[in-house]
Amino acid sequence: MNAPQNVPTYNFAYLDEQTKRMIRRAILKAVAIPGYQVPFASREMPMPYGWGTGGVQVTASILGPHDVLKVIDQGADDTTNAVSIRKFFQKTAGVKTTTRTREATVIQTRHRIPETPLTENQILVFQVPIPDPLRYLEPRETETRRMHALAEYGLMHVKLYEDIARHGQIATTYAYPVKVDGRYVMDPSPTPKFDNPKMDDCAALQLFGAGREKRIYAIPPHTRVVSLDFDDHPFERYRYDGTCALCGAKDSYLDEIVTDDRGSRMFVCSDTDYCEGRRSDSEKAGAPQAEART
Amino acid sequence: MNIAVNESEPLLIVEGLTKFFGRQIGCRDVSFSLHEGEVMAVVGESGSGKTTLLRLLSMQAEADAGRVLYRMRDGVTRDLATLGEAELRFLARTDWGFVHQDPALGLRMAVSGGANVGERLMAVGWRHYGNIREAATDWLSRVEIDTGRIDDRPTTYSGGMRQRLQIARNLVTQPRLVLMDEPTGGLDVSVQARLLDLLRNLVAVLKLSAVIVTHDLAVARLLSHRIMVMKGGEVIESGLTDQVLDDPRAPYTQLLVASILQP
Repeated sequence: MNAPQNVPTYNFAYLDEQTKRMIRRAILKAVAIPGYQVPFASREMPMPYGWGTGGVQVTASILGPHDVLKVIDQGADDTTNAVSIRKFFQKTAGVKTTTRTREATVIQTRHRIPETPLTENQILVFQVPIPDPLRYLEPRETETRRMHALAEYGLMHVKLYEDIARHGQIATTYAYPVKVDGRYVMDPSPTPKFDNPKMDDCAALQLFGAGREKRIYAIPPHTRVVSLDFDDHPFERYRYDGTCALCGAKDSYLDEIVTDDRGSRMFVCSDTDYCEGRRSDSEKAGAPQAEART
Repeated sequence: MNIAVNESEPLLIVEGLTKFFGRQIGCRDVSFSLHEGEVMAVVGESGSGKTTLLRLLSMQAEADAGRVLYRMRDGVTRDLATLGEAELRFLARTDWGFVHQDPALGLRMAVSGGANVGERLMAVGWRHYGNIREAATDWLSRVEIDTGRIDDRPTTYSGGMRQRLQIARNLVTQPRLVLMDEPTGGLDVSVQARLLDLLRNLVAVLKLSAVIVTHDLAVARLLSHRIMVMKGGEVIESGLTDQVLDDPRAPYTQLLVASILQP
């Protein structure tokens, strides 16, 4: 890689120091009260809302010159959102970037948690569109704040009840509500519920940034995160029952890819780094490549 | 603590309740007490302070003077103004019911009838889907709603059904005090009659205490034991329902009673 090319007109990592300071204070507060949505003065970023302005601001505030950044969009490192955010920080902060989960110290993500278990030395930053899990159940912000303050979460179960009444099971498959540290109910951003158990007792710090809604919340390392459910309808992970067509993984979250217009499709790991890692491992070991095609 | 003595104490005591909206009187110096199993009607024309009184009782508005005392489930009578917000809200969703005139205000129109009835149960910690559904089914049949409609949204219910659903939703946690704001308003006469029948039955079976605000003297006569007539924010006459309606003393009450059409 070339020498860091910090564009002189930008401060390190785009945001000015006072803004970073304000965001760091919000992050500290969020870490101190796990799952609580801390308001912060979200800035305009050079990208549209919905593209991860919240996550980018959090990343910009915690990034140091020696950090190694990985950006994921729907599990992949090579999709538009991931590529442009990675470029953004290469340009404005000159930090090293990677696609390897193990090498990264800061991982900004949209919609997935990496399959590779995270460590104490890593921070996972989520991009969040709607931070409040109660938003579509109770339209009044004044009321939802009060409900959070008084831990009145019966309404959350009304949503799950409706799912079972209508579909026979809890049909919520993403943004599945969790209770953090036995207190606040939190929206884990639109990650599939397959990823929910990874949040529980996770070694890495997890930060959530919502730019348009101006909220930051956090799960400190090794915090209890429980998915809400009913006694007779317990929480279940969901993944398509199959193997990855490229690496043969039986335990990873799969994406369905339509390969032609006659109904052919294949299932591949949504986490591209995990898939590539497994393939290069098996090449090294000289094992024949899995050739499952459905 | 002597339970027997406690039982004879009123459930709700209201002392000198006063509310001003600027220079406008909301209600002035209203006092009464309500015992367990007793139903009181508050009647009067629009603007007489009935709804304001109900809002003060349920702590949805703050009184300028006076206080509301309530005997909690542990038998201790407490001033509601001294309760914290968390305690008040807990009280409001377990021990009280509030029936709005417009069911859309008291219901969640976007979720099914069953979920509407189950919401309070889930709010107090029920976490077993089967049990919640059983309770919801039981309550729907008690308010004479076809249990086959349990998964339909209230938007598909008729006006009378919505009102009955609202009542079921309120009574599912077996509250001791129910406040009703014109529960039969906006319903046609035959539906009103059925609803009144149902309410009278439930009140008797569950030994509910209720404050019913209405402008309909027939509702007051059918449901209530006692009656309070309000005008211009003040109570002008109160007493046993039959007594007041058959032998009204205040000129305004005489006018009210006389203005009912006799079929």
